[in-house]
Amino acid sequence: MSLKHVLQPFNAWVQAFSKPYTIPMKDTMRPGADRYRGWHINDVEKCVGCGTCADICQNAAIDMVPVKDPVKGDSGLRPKIDYGRCCWCALCVDVCTTGSLGMSNEYTWVEKDPEKCRYTPGVDAKPWDGSEKGWRQEEGFSLIVKDRVPMPMLDPKERIKTWAEVVVGYSVEEARKEAARCVSCGLCVAACPAHMHIPDYIGAIRDGDFEKALDFIYDNNPMPEMCGKVCTRRCEGVCSVGIQGEPLAIRWLKRFATEQFEDFAKVLHPEVKRVGEGKKVAVVGGGPSGVTVAYYLAVRGFEVTIYEALPQLGGATFFGIPKYRFPMPSLEKQVDLLKKAGVKIVTDHRVEKDEFRRLLEENDALFFGTGLMKPYKLGVPGEDLEGVIYALDLLRDHHVGKKVEVGESVVVVGGGNVAIDASRVSRRLGAEVTIAYRRRREDMPADDEEIEDAEAEGIELVTQSIPLRVEKLENGKLDFIWGPAEMVPPDRPGGRPKPKLIEGVENHLQVDRVIVAIGQKGEFEWMPEEVAEKVVTSRGWVEVDETGMTQWPGIFAGGDLVNSTADAISAIADGLKAVEGIQQFTLEGLSVSKS
Amino acid sequence: MTETRERSKEVQIWFGPQHPGITGNMSVQTWLDGDTLTRGITHVGYLHRAFEKLMERRLYIQSFPIVCRICVPEPDTNEWLLASALEELSGLDREVPEKARWIRTLVLEMSRLGAMLMVLGGHAGSMGLGPAPQWMIALRDLVLDRFEELTGGRVYHMYIVYGGVRRDLPEGFAERMEQTLKTIESKLPLIDDVIFGSAVFRKRAMGVGVVPREWAFEMGISGPVIRAMGIPKDVRKDEPYEKYAELDFDVVTEEGSDIFARAMVRRREIQQSIDLIRQILARMPKEGPYCAELPNMLEWTIPVGQTYVRAESSRGEMGYYVVTDGSKKLRRVHVRGPSYVHGVSLLERLIPGTNIADLAPLMVSLQVCPPEIER
Repeated sequence: MSLKHVLQPFNAWVQAFSKPYTIPMKDTMRPGADRYRGWHINDVEKCVGCGTCADICQNAAIDMVPVKDPVKGDSGLRPKIDYGRCCWCALCVDVCTTGSLGMSNEYTWVEKDPEKCRYTPGVDAKPWDGSEKGWRQEEGFSLIVKDRVPMPMLDPKERIKTWAEVVVGYSVEEARKEAARCVSCGLCVAACPAHMHIPDYIGAIRDGDFEKALDFIYDNNPMPEMCGKVCTRRCEGVCSVGIQGEPLAIRWLKRFATEQFEDFAKVLHPEVKRVGEGKKVAVVGGGPSGVTVAYYLAVRGFEVTIYEALPQLGGATFFGIPKYRFPMPSLEKQVDLLKKAGVKIVTDHRVEKDEFRRLLEENDALFFGTGLMKPYKLGVPGEDLEGVIYALDLLRDHHVGKKVEVGESVVVVGGGNVAIDASRVSRRLGAEVTIAYRRRREDMPADDEEIEDAEAEGIELVTQSIPLRVEKLENGKLDFIWGPAEMVPPDRPGGRPKPKLIEGVENHLQVDRVIVAIGQKGEFEWMPEEVAEKVVTSRGWVEVDETGMTQWPGIFAGGDLVNSTADAISAIADGLKAVEGIQQFTLEGLSVSKS
Repeated sequence: MTETRERSKEVQIWFGPQHPGITGNMSVQTWLDGDTLTRGITHVGYLHRAFEKLMERRLYIQSFPIVCRICVPEPDTNEWLLASALEELSGLDREVPEKARWIRTLVLEMSRLGAMLMVLGGHAGSMGLGPAPQWMIALRDLVLDRFEELTGGRVYHMYIVYGGVRRDLPEGFAERMEQTLKTIESKLPLIDDVIFGSAVFRKRAMGVGVVPREWAFEMGISGPVIRAMGIPKDVRKDEPYEKYAELDFDVVTEEGSDIFARAMVRRREIQQSIDLIRQILARMPKEGPYCAELPNMLEWTIPVGQTYVRAESSRGEMGYYVVTDGSKKLRRVHVRGPSYVHGVSLLERLIPGTNIADLAPLMVSLQVCPPEIER
């Protein structure tokens, strides 16, 4: 031990004269670093209450609490955080589907009442609300998968030569990979008119249990293969994964599950009580609503007969939807299950007034869902010329097997799904197709994907075009004359901008056919006057109560006649409602009366 | 709390769990003859939070906030081990981007630096040398400042995840890190003076707590304890992970195997970490992703498998034995921490014959971290 080692430690005194490098108290009161994980903040308007934050919180510090009335795509819940449990790991922020949740860089907060250390960020005002700094989601790191597994499709150049299905369908690997993206928030269930068990069947697909998936699907949808191919998929519109990425391919996954089985009857195990033994129900119209009523009543023991005017069940999904979207074997598979469930099916049979009266007498209840079969007219001069046809007629004639000719060029007037279907069918029949729509592209009611597919197939889209008249030319063609439109603000707040004709300009388009697809309405000529008087409103709709029953006790209705959305899944939802209504009505012992 | 034993005239003394000299929440039941310890029994469990069991009930991603708690002063090794084990089992390891590997190496070295600054202060503090620990904690705090801006948290970083890291390096991080390293380096000579140059420290550390060389492999000793025996054992060299194979460094060894040698290993490894951080920052890729594209973490399943991964923490070799069963949750995790060997088996063997006053310095020199023992 040398003297050096005794003296050397006294060098510490040097520090007494230098600036302290321990951190002075005033400096420790600084806010946290730019990405500090401090108290939570939440943009409640952006948040949809999907609950993934609560799911990922390993301390169960987050509860979803109701803060507002749920609307479509919003559960009405918001995360409430218990700071007695929070460990500030920020997984909730990183998993947030909307990116609304964040953490401020504030970390000091003194409160006498420990109860207050539990708050709903964004709802309960806090000093750090609106803090710009702190932990936020960043590009390049995501705990959820934002990109969808692409759906294989036929090449546009090839597919216009054939009626083969455009969508090829997922393989097992692709489907399971896509299903694994689901965060099980359930917002889709609320958005689906039929409230299908979407997270459950997606979960079953992810786990590879396709039978279970089908069981979940068939619980409240008897035409899932149809929905899996052509549904308007409002579920995908609210999918929380779709807020920052692409929504789950819910429709394609349902399609995948149904495609796994040749015969549904072999794999479905509906567990229902056969309460309806001995009760008879007639269903007029074999569209999605009628099929729904028939199937679920039949499995509950009711004796159900469907009457359908066309040669096949399916309604608009049979005669309206082209086969490259929804091929016949898919429809037949579903009808086959209906038969196996014991439903009597009478096709090619239009129910007229007297028969309707007889059916009312003979059955315990009657359901009708005859759809919208009468096209709206264009209302321009020259509409009655030969060569001006209606999209519904074209599609129906084509699908029941009649020969249809559209010539070399057509113009389709309208912007809905029917217009797109008519255009794509015409394209496949060999015509050059133009779609004339009076509003802008973003206003088109047709499905975005449909519009894109149509454009890929070489269909031209002319927006803001108002038809003026149709004239016959000497060469036998039609001259479709239209004027350009400008958009003016809507009359009432919340309405769509309206197209207004710019006077004085006329454009000409030489075509062989003008196909009108601007909507359709109900047709009640077949209905006995005394019934029609009671159930049909002055505007041509049918009004039903919450059980699906019309003003006439014992007569139930559903489908496009009843709801304005005019899509298959809403019709199925109507059917489900009527199933409960009919069961309630018939089991109370009341018979259908005319009064 | 004392109790006399008539027969042997031994005095029983409980060292801890409430004692400033004990390393963390554990206690040693000791028997004394005079002021010499005759034997000791370690008692752990004061900090048992069932980490391993908790992880069997959590999603893979939810295990992150848990593992960092297995060692508070140096959480990143745990994060890295869990991430790397599950990456190996899930096949995600092939997708970890280059930049993520560099950032991970940086974080691991930063955490070693922070932990060693703290424990070197502990060496001095356990012998009553006042100012040094305060300075060392202040220096460690500078490292924590860098952690704060990089990871969003000072102590629990929860930063290394499956597939990479959670955030990119912030703007200007390298410059601020360099500034921090310079500050630390400028204080090291002073630390040398007051610790290694101090007669008190030299007298009490040299030749005290000697671990016989034969025990090294027999007991599974690792880290600074084995390197102080002159055995160059370091996982970063023996089985290089992340970017260690591309870095230029030598394993630090000292002779003597006593408290002084172990403190000296740590002192030299502080410098080594500083050098390594500089090397890493110089070679850090400017562009590129910092994390692989992750699967949906709420539904992630990993195929059936098992693996053992290891890394060099400041205390020695940490290892994770991980079993997955194809589900969304871990089937089993076993954490092999150096503290179990150093703080229980080795400590109990070293106690007989040690002076009571040297017990705290001895425990510090073995760098015992109780949560790792009772994970």
